[in-house]
Amino acid sequence: MKLFDLRGGVHPEGKKSLSVERHIRPLPLPKKLYVPLQQHIGAPATPVVNVGDKVLKGQLIANAQGAVSSSIHAPTSGTIIALGDHVAPHPSGLPVPTVTLESDGEDKWVALNAVEEPFTLAPEDIAARVAAAGIVGLGGATFPAALKLNLSRNSGVQTLIMNGGECEPYLTCDDRIMRERAAEIVEGIRLIAQAVAAKEILVGIEDNKPEAIAAMRTAAGDGEVKIVVMPSMYPMGSEKQIIQVLTGKEIPAGGRPADIGVLVHNVATAFAVHQAIRFGKPLISRIVTVSGGAIKTPCNVEALVGTPVQELIAFADGYAQPAARLVLGGPMMGQQFTNTDVPMVKGTSGVLALMSAEIGQAEASPCIRCSTCVRACPVGLLPLEMAAHIRVADLTGAVDLGLKDCIACGSCSYVCPAHIPLVHYFNYAKGDLAAQERSKLKQEATKKLADNRTERIARIERERAEAMARRKAAREAKERAAKEAAAKAEAAA
Amino acid sequence: MLLSAIISLTMLGTVFGLLLGVAARYLKVEGNPLVAELEQMLPGSQCGQCGFPGCTGAAQALADGSAPVTLCPPGGRALVQALAAKLGVEADLSGVADKLPMIAEVKEEICIGCTRCFKVCPTDAIMGAAQQIHVVFREACTACGKCEEVCPTESVKLQPIPVTLQSWHWNKPQTGSAA
Repeated sequence: MKLFDLRGGVHPEGKKSLSVERHIRPLPLPKKLYVPLQQHIGAPATPVVNVGDKVLKGQLIANAQGAVSSSIHAPTSGTIIALGDHVAPHPSGLPVPTVTLESDGEDKWVALNAVEEPFTLAPEDIAARVAAAGIVGLGGATFPAALKLNLSRNSGVQTLIMNGGECEPYLTCDDRIMRERAAEIVEGIRLIAQAVAAKEILVGIEDNKPEAIAAMRTAAGDGEVKIVVMPSMYPMGSEKQIIQVLTGKEIPAGGRPADIGVLVHNVATAFAVHQAIRFGKPLISRIVTVSGGAIKTPCNVEALVGTPVQELIAFADGYAQPAARLVLGGPMMGQQFTNTDVPMVKGTSGVLALMSAEIGQAEASPCIRCSTCVRACPVGLLPLEMAAHIRVADLTGAVDLGLKDCIACGSCSYVCPAHIPLVHYFNYAKGDLAAQERSKLKQEATKKLADNRTERIARIERERAEAMARRKAAREAKERAAKEAAAKAEAAA
Repeated sequence: MLLSAIISLTMLGTVFGLLLGVAARYLKVEGNPLVAELEQMLPGSQCGQCGFPGCTGAAQALADGSAPVTLCPPGGRALVQALAAKLGVEADLSGVADKLPMIAEVKEEICIGCTRCFKVCPTDAIMGAAQQIHVVFREACTACGKCEEVCPTESVKLQPIPVTLQSWHWNKPQTGSAA
C-alpha cells in the first residue's frame, strides 16, 4: 500500500529493548485501590456507592455524568473504605475525588452480560455496550470511546484506522498486546468497524515491531482488516499524523477526524472493546510498561485501574539506581509526577523512572534562530516564533501563528540545540488562553446578572411609585366623594 | 471680476456655514461614544472596587485617561488586554497577574441569617432568607467584597479560589533571556 509523506518528525532513541521481550504478566492483587472519578476527558463520573458498601469485581461504582463522560467500575471485589480526595496522576499533583477500595482478596466477578454472537449486534447496541463498559481511548487521550463511535456513525465515516504506532520511546505495551492477543484485537477491530459501518480498515504499525506485525497479519488473515507497515518516526502514533501517512488527508485546523471521514482508535482500545462485547467485562485493567534506566527489571504488567504506581515499580524489582524523574506515559508527552502514591488509571500506558543521564536538563540559552524546530514540527508551525511571542506575553500573536494547531508532541523541544522549553511555552499559553476564555465567559454571565438586578430594582421602584400614585388617587377620589356627599346632604337639609 | 470672486466665496461660506450649523443640531453626539463602548466592556456589576462610582464612572475615567486599564479587579487579565487594545495603550499585566482570584464564602456556623449580604450583592450571587444560612453561587460571585463589608459577624469572607484539575495549567517557563 502506498504511504504518504509526513512533515517534520524526529527520531528519538527507541529504548524499547529494555522491556520489549518481557511477556505481559498480571500484577498480584493490591491491598488498596485508588480509583479516581475522572480518568477521561469530560465531566467526572458521579459515585453510586457509599463508604462501607461491598462491591464485586466489575460492578459499576460511578456513573457517567453529562454528554462527555465515562462510567467507572470496581477493579476487584472488596469494600469501599473512602470517598474523598487522593493525589491525582497529573503533573499538578492536586487531589481529585477518588473512590478507595479495599480488596477482599477473592477477586469475585459480578454477573457478566456476555454475548455469544457479537456480530449480530446492531451498531447502536455495540456503542451502548462500549459506553456501559466505561471504555476510553487507551492511547493516552482518554476520550470516551462510545462517543467517538456514535459521532463517527452519524457523520458517515468511511475509514477506520487502528493505531499501533506506539512511537513514544520506552513504551512496549501496545507491541506486547499485539503480539500476545492479536486474535482478540482483530475481533475488537471488526466490532468497532461494525459499530461505525466503516468500508476500509487499516491497522498502522511501525516497522520497529516486526513480531507484532507478523502476529497481527496471521490474526487478520485475508479478511477486511489490512495491516500496514509504517516507517518508525515520532510522532507517528499521533492521530493527525497517522491519518496523514495512511490516507494522505489532513484534518482541517480545529477539526476532527470525522470531518474527513476517518475514525482512529488505539489497538489496546480494540482489545477492551472485544472484552466488553464478547465477555461483558468493563474496562478495569490495562497493560502498562514499567521501564526506564532507573528500573531494575523493566517489564510489561497487566494491572488493575487504581493500583498505586509504587506497586508497579516494586513489581519491576524496584530501582536499580536513584530515579531523577518519574513519568506517567511516554518520555515525549508523558506527565511527570513525584508522589508514587498516585494510582495508575485507564490512560496510563507507561510508568518510567529515568536516570539523570536520560533527561536533558541543560540550562536554556538564547535562540540562535537555526530553525531546527521548524523542520521538526509535524504540523508545520514556527515554534521559535510562537515561543518568542509567548515570552513577551503576546499570546494573540502566538495564536495567529497557529498555536491552537500545536499537538504538544514535544518534537521542537527535543531537537532544540539551545534547550529552550518550547513545548512548555505552548502548554502554558494554551492553559492561560483557556483561563482567559473562562474568565471572559464568567464576566459576561455576571454582567447579565448585574443588568438583571439593576432592571429589577428599577422595576420595583417604578411599581412602588405607581402603587403609591394609585393609592393617592383612590384616597382623593374617596375624599372628593365624601365631600360631595356631605355637600349634597347639606343641600338636601 | 473681483466682485464675482467675493460673491462666490461669500456664497460658499454661507452655504457651508449653514450646513455645519444644521449638522451640529441634527447629528449631535450625546456624550463621548467611547465611554459607552468602554462601559459595555466592563463587568457592569457597579461594585466600586475601582474607586469610581460604578462602571459608568470608571468608563469615563478610562476614556479621559485618568485611570489605568488595570483598574477593574473582577474583569481580570482578559479585560485588561481588551481595554488596552481598545484604548491603544500598553497594558502592564504584572500587577494583575499577582492578584489571586478570590471568591466569597459563607462560614455557616456563624451566619445569623441577617440578609444584609444578599441585599448588597450586585450580581445576585448570594441566596438566603431571614434566619436562614446564606450561600454563595460560585459562578456568579465577582469577589467585589460588598458582602464582606456589611456582614455583622464576619461570616462572609473572600477566599482565594482553590485550584482544581480543570483550572490548573502550566506556569510560564522561567528561562531569562532564552527564546
